[in-house]
Amino acid sequence: MANETVKKTITVTLLLCLVCSVLVSGAAVILRPAQIANQELDFKRNILSTVGLLDPARSVDEVFNERVEIRVVDLNTGEYTDDISVQEYDQRRVARDPSTSLGLSRTEDIAGIQRREDYALVYLVQDTQGELESIVLPVRAYGLWSTMWGFLALEADANTVRGLRFYEHGETPGLGGEIDNPRWQARWEGKQVYDDAGDVALSVVKGSVDPAEPGAEYRIDGLSGATLTTRGADSMIKFWLGEKGFKSYLVGRQEEA
Amino acid sequence: MKARDLLFVPLIRNNPITLQILGICSALAVTVNIKVTLVMCVAVTLVTGFSNLFVSMVRKQIPSSIRIIVQMTIIASLVIVVDQVLKAYAYDTSRQLSVFVGLIITNCIVMGRAEAFAMNNKPFPSFLDGIGNGLGYSLILIAVAFFRELLGSGTLLDYPVLPLLAEGGWFEPNGMFILPPSAFFLIGFFIWGIRTWKKEQVEEPDFKIAPNSKPQEA
Repeated sequence: MANETVKKTITVTLLLCLVCSVLVSGAAVILRPAQIANQELDFKRNILSTVGLLDPARSVDEVFNERVEIRVVDLNTGEYTDDISVQEYDQRRVARDPSTSLGLSRTEDIAGIQRREDYALVYLVQDTQGELESIVLPVRAYGLWSTMWGFLALEADANTVRGLRFYEHGETPGLGGEIDNPRWQARWEGKQVYDDAGDVALSVVKGSVDPAEPGAEYRIDGLSGATLTTRGADSMIKFWLGEKGFKSYLVGRQEEA
Repeated sequence: MKARDLLFVPLIRNNPITLQILGICSALAVTVNIKVTLVMCVAVTLVTGFSNLFVSMVRKQIPSSIRIIVQMTIIASLVIVVDQVLKAYAYDTSRQLSVFVGLIITNCIVMGRAEAFAMNNKPFPSFLDGIGNGLGYSLILIAVAFFRELLGSGTLLDYPVLPLLAEGGWFEPNGMFILPPSAFFLIGFFIWGIRTWKKEQVEEPDFKIAPNSKPQEA
């Protein structure tokens, strides 16, 4: 019965908490470098995979350093800027900070992201001759359960979709989680973003898309059983390629091309 | 009990899933694909083994008024360590497992073995009991994942086994096996099979249904 005193209870609790917290924080601190390296590698791998440059024979870092140039775009003007250092720019943290991001009103915030950062990193992929091959834009939107973080790659004409990948989301595996399915992702390739009037025409729709029908180049077959995830992907396109997103930047690139 | 019994009795005779009906939730969630399932099995087996070991080591010091929370703290710490290790060394799999590694904390098997066995037994037998129950859990999970991956995606360990119709083969994958409810059916069939083989596992009915009363004229 010696265990049942108040003193013993408090001692056991304190000792246990001490030992467990040392164990947990020790593991977290020791493994942190490996985890960060993994995350960075995964980030680069996702960018390369979006543009189909993933080569099993070569290291991700090597290909990335050779082919990808990172630039900062001011989302308010759509121009490149050199005021911000690419290495230290943490886009996620900045997007939460009111001094470096724009609060979105209800009608503006179709993608459910609440705040939009003032500066965004874009990844310019060059071909082996050093010519611009595609533009990879970081995009995100709220799906059913989670914010879906991804990359949208456009061809150098800044209008044709090259690919779409999500690198982080918490959608239902097997339903909304099918946004990771390569067969669905393949449907994005070659679709057009802006119509002749310059509006975002690309949308994710319900039901299959017949390639022969007019306007099929603007439509992508959504995922069955994942209405809200699909709607999230649709508003992600509408937002990030629209006025508050990369539109002015992309128009600039179209004029250059 | 002998060491061998501690390890192997939980495989079929006292399986945590099919007899104790514990840990069903993760059996539904992580069995779409064998590779992910294997990592989950290793994680659960290690956590069950070591939580039993540590709980048993301090069992004589734990005041009974806080014993559940002490067990939970030990289990939770182990699970966080496992999660951190997976994030550092098996990043892709840990992303596929996502929240389910963290949910090992609430896996009834871990808690159940700590409370039922480790609190009353010496450290080494407790460790074996934990590993044994982890293996019993793994056995069922791998069996479920085998059928779900084969029939749902036509692959085993990501290697194509049944050529898919969509890729020029003959096999049309059954979408139900991708979804969690299919694991319910599979586990149901396993329980049926095991109880047909080992009749002593059949539970006594809680009540008997009386014969129908005679139909009366309306």
